[in-house]
This record gives sequence, structure tokens and C-alpha cells, in this order.
Amino acid sequence: MKKFGRLTALAGILAGSAAAFAAPAAAEDLHIGFITTLTTPAGYLGEDARDAFKLALGPDGKLGRTKVILDIEDDGLKPANAKQQADRLVQNGVKLYTGVIFSNVLAAVLPGVLDAGGIYVSNNAGPSTFAGEKCNPNYFVVSYQNDAFHEAAGLAANRVGYKKVVLMAPNYQAGRDALEGFKRAFKGEVLAEIYTKLDQTDFSVEIARVRSAAPDAVYQFHPGGTGINFAKQYANAGLARTVPMLVPSFSMDARMVTATGGAAEGVYASATWTPERDDADSKAFVAAFKAAYGRTPTIYAQQAWDTAQLIASALDAVDGDISKTDAFRAALRAAKFKSLRGPFSFGPNQHPVQDYYLTHFEKNAAGEIVQKYVEKVAEQRGDTYADKCTMK
Amino acid sequence: MIFFLEQLLNGLQYGAMLFMLASGLTLIFGIMGVINLTHGSFYMVGAYSAAVVTAATGSMALGALAALAGAALYGTGIEITVIRRLYGRDHLYQVLATFGLILFSNEAMAMLVGRQPLFMAIPPLLAGSVRLLPGLDYPVIRLAFIAVGALVALGLWLLVNHTRLGMLIRAGADDRQMVDALGVDIGRLYTIVFALGAVLCGIAGVMAAPLLAVEIGMGERILIAGFVVIVVGGVGSVRGALAGALLIGLVDGLGRAYLPQIIQSLLPPSIADTLAAGLVSASIYVIMALVLLVRPLGLFPVRS
Repeated sequence: MKKFGRLTALAGILAGSAAAFAAPAAAEDLHIGFITTLTTPAGYLGEDARDAFKLALGPDGKLGRTKVILDIEDDGLKPANAKQQADRLVQNGVKLYTGVIFSNVLAAVLPGVLDAGGIYVSNNAGPSTFAGEKCNPNYFVVSYQNDAFHEAAGLAANRVGYKKVVLMAPNYQAGRDALEGFKRAFKGEVLAEIYTKLDQTDFSVEIARVRSAAPDAVYQFHPGGTGINFAKQYANAGLARTVPMLVPSFSMDARMVTATGGAAEGVYASATWTPERDDADSKAFVAAFKAAYGRTPTIYAQQAWDTAQLIASALDAVDGDISKTDAFRAALRAAKFKSLRGPFSFGPNQHPVQDYYLTHFEKNAAGEIVQKYVEKVAEQRGDTYADKCTMK
Repeated sequence: MIFFLEQLLNGLQYGAMLFMLASGLTLIFGIMGVINLTHGSFYMVGAYSAAVVTAATGSMALGALAALAGAALYGTGIEITVIRRLYGRDHLYQVLATFGLILFSNEAMAMLVGRQPLFMAIPPLLAGSVRLLPGLDYPVIRLAFIAVGALVALGLWLLVNHTRLGMLIRAGADDRQMVDALGVDIGRLYTIVFALGAVLCGIAGVMAAPLLAVEIGMGERILIAGFVVIVVGGVGSVRGALAGALLIGLVDGLGRAYLPQIIQSLLPPSIADTLAAGLVSASIYVIMALVLLVRPLGLFPVRS
């Protein structure tokens, strides 16, 4: 009797504590791990992504009908940091992730998240390593596959009619991939491939080499600060007037246009979206972003916005319950959201199939340099790695 | 020939820029015995001051003044609050403290002006190019940099060799205790040297702002090259800093210009491209190793 009493008491305590744990759990909001780069010179990229994602959440913090809490972490552009943060979030039971800007950071974050059964939706990085054989049903890329941007630039060069080009990129993996991607699509002659140092600040020597090679155009991929250095010096050398420059969009984002003064004028860029897009949703987004933060959104902001819309559409499909993993994945794959870029779907490797454009930096009526659409260079294009993906 | 001349000028201009940084670094390292990793931050402060003030007032002259003043103030402040406590300590403490100051400076700058890189326009007087020879148009601003570099070198030479302050600096480098015992306030002397180094960084910052990205962390990019220069030139020697800066500037410039072509003419393209890119990145370190093999104390050692 005594024993029984003790047991019931114990059961009562257990039941009570279970109830105590269960009650907040039921009301608990969905957490999204948002690991991004907020410090270092590249910090403005993560800032734009974070701010656009927050804008998508709105004042009541909801994606679709689901209340969401963002767990924002700053990776400081260090893969090891990001890995630690991801591991901690995984241990806290976070199932859904996005935010990473850089491919090398993503490579550190992704395996741990996927192994724990988490889902990652990429808002920017789309490295080739995870696009082919190592594609994964829990990994979605909303932005682009890295190579595709450079292939689009090659197509753009064909379209503009450039016959002879000089290619230039920093001597590291992404730089070499960029030039390979360009050459895959470009039909003309490559006069020279110039590799620069990753931390180079002065480009006078390379600019002189371009001048003496006298190409129709120069294709260069220098992200962030190095890109600003290059564009400023290129314009100062007076070369911009004779040899036009072609870049992928992220080598001349809205911040870089400001930081280079007039140097961006006349530059061609391959792009999936620019703030100039003539579309009601896109215009509303640009206006809302400007109103909230007082600056023009970059491509990083647009991509984070699209990522938020995709996640919102999938959350609504499962009523905010992402433990129904199959249904949630299927809803993500369906991509039932309206991208600011225009028509959008996922290829077999869950990377984008989308349109690519040739764009041109020119002054608008107000005298500001903006990135105008010139024409479409690729219609609903996937990437070269999709065939290798078996999605086990 | 035209191509060679142009690359020679490019090398000179890069050398002038390096000299501004390296001369201050060599004075501080050689005379005060302090490894100052924060040196790059003075350069960043200079560039930001120039960009902010030029944008606000529209005058590059005021911007330049602000850069010198900003860098000098920041340098003096750092010396008084932190570096002064480290003179007697091991180099490891100095590296730790000044590395911490790099992080501090970068974050403080990000809080003050934000993370977005700033823009500074080239003033109309220095914009555009001049025709030096038929077929050789060279940007005016780069020529101006070479001229400023030469003037600073001349000024430093006069200062170190022909003034009382210079005499004290040389004496302080040789024997700190003796100078102290003779009644010279060595602490004040060190503060002055430190401020002088910071001002030189400020000049480099002004020169950099219109051509380079004014951004957080810009100092660290160039700091390593600055250290290579003073090691090649001989630690503590301003003459050495000048020789080292010119050598490194020219080797880097001409190497980037010609190495790829030379290697491509000797080897098949698949090997040549990667090899050339690697060698170009490493060229200044190769030169440093070669110089140290022949002259272990650098080109112009202060004492042998």
C-alpha cells in the first residue's frame, strides 16, 4: 500500500512535469537557424540578407501563418566558427537553417545540419560540390548554382558580340571556377587569363596588361573590396572608355556602385535580378526595403527575401509543423512562391532553374547609376551539375 | 618598351606607397623595439578620415589634413594608453596587445561609420591622365603619389640626419639608457616617434583613399608587405625602408607583368598558368629570402 502510494505520487510528479514541459512546447514557435556573415569587410552582405529576411517576417514575426524566431549567428567569415554555431543550434533542436553567404562557410555548416536530419535552404552560396553527386533531399538552393552566373556572363558576352576577351580573377578556388564557367559558355577567343592575388590592392600592372592585349572586353570576378579597388583603378586608367568591363552581378552590387563613384557606369553584368526589375512585387520590395533601412537592396537582400517566401509557402502547406518532413520537403520542392526574379522552379538537384539577364550600369533620369536590364541571355536555365545528381 | 616604362612607373608608385608605411614601421620597430601590428589601423584611420572629411567638405586638402591629424591623434592615443606599458616587455606581449588593437580598431570603425565601404572622389586637379610619351598615358594621381613619396623620403632624410630630433632618434636607437641618463625625456621622444609613424600612415591613407577601397580591415592587407619591406631594407633604417620599398614595389610590379609571359613561353599552358599565378603571389617573399641569404641583417643594417 505504502509502495503503491509512492508510485502514484511519483507518477503524479512525472505527469505534472511532463505537462509542464509539454505545455510551452506546444506553444513554442518555430526556430530558424540564420548563420551569416555580419562582421569583416564582407559584413554588409550578411546584413542585407538578415534585414531582408526580417522584413519578410513583418512586424508580427510570421512566415506565412507560422510564428518564427530567428536564431541569428555571426560566422565572422570563418568556417570553424560557423560549424560550432551550427552544432550548437542542432543540439538545441533547431531543424531549419538558412543565411550563409560564403561557399566555404556553407561547406562547414552543411554536413552537420544534414546529418542531424535538418533542412538547409540556401539564400546565396551554391557551390558545385553539393550540386552534383553530393546533392541531398534536405538541401535547397534558392539563389543560384555558383557556375551558372559565370556561364550566363559567357552567354552575355556572346550576345553583345565580343570576340576577344581577357579574363581576370583572384587565384583561389572560386576565382578559377568563375573563369572555367565563363569559358564553358563563351564562344570567342580568350586572349589571356590573368590571375591576381587574393589580397591584392593595386591593379595597375594587370590594367596595363589588359591595355596591351587590347581585347573587346574584360571579364573580371573580384568580390567585395578587391572589386572596388579594381573598378576604381580601371576607371582612373581611362580604360573603361575603350575596353568595356563585364562582371557577374555580385562583383558590382549596390554598395560597390556607391563606393566606386562613377566607375560603375558602362559596366555590363550578368544577373538574375536587379532593383530595376519592372514588376509590381519587385518594386514593392525595393520600396519597402528602402523605407525600412534607408538603402537600396542588393542581390543578397532579394535572395534572402525569396528564401523567406519559399519557406513561408512550405510552412503554410504543413501548417507550420516541419516534423512532417516529407510533406515539408515536397512543399519546398514545389516552389509555390512568387520569386522577385520572375519564373522560378527547382531542377532535379534542387538548385534553381531560372532566367539570366544581361544588364548594364547606366544613369537614370535622376542621375543615379542603376543596373538596367538589357535582355534575357538564358531562359529557364539550370546548371551543369544537375545531371550528376541522383538524390539517392 | 612603352609597356616596360609603364610597369616601371607602376612599381615606383607601389613602392612609394609601401615606403610611407614601412618608414614608420621601421622607426618604431628599430628604435623603440616595438612590434606594432596596429600600424595598418593608423593607415585605415587616415583613409577613413580623408574620405569622410572630403565627402563632407568637398575639399581634398581638408581631407588630407584630417587624415594626418586623425592618424596622429589615434597613434598618440594608442601609444599613451597601451604601447607605453609594453616597452620593457617581451615581443610576444606586444604582438598580442597590438593584435588586439587591430580587432578593436576595426570594430570601433565599423560602429562609427558602418561596414559599407566609403567612396572618395579623385579631385579634378589629379583626375585623368597625362601623355608622358607617345602611347604612354599615365594617371596624374599616380604620378602625384610618386612625387609625394619622393618628398617624404627627402623630408625624413633631413629630419633624421640633420635635426636635433633626428639625432636624438638615432641616439635613442643606439643606447636607450645612455640617452635617458643624459637628461633626455626618452618617453616623450618615443611618443613623438610613434606619432611620426602614424602621420606617415596617414599620408599613405590619403594616397590610398581615392584609388583603393576604403573599408574595414584595409590595413591588414598591406601590413605584411610593409613588414617584408623593413626586413629586406634592414630593421630601423629609413634608408633601408626606402630601398626595400622600391625593390619590393618593382619586383612585385614587374613580376606580375612579366612572369606569366616568361613562364608561358617556357612551359605548357596547363602547368604554366598555375605556376605563374603561384610565383607571382610569392615573388616578394622569394626576394626577401634571397636578400636575407646574402645580407642576413637586410640591405642597410643599422648596426652590424
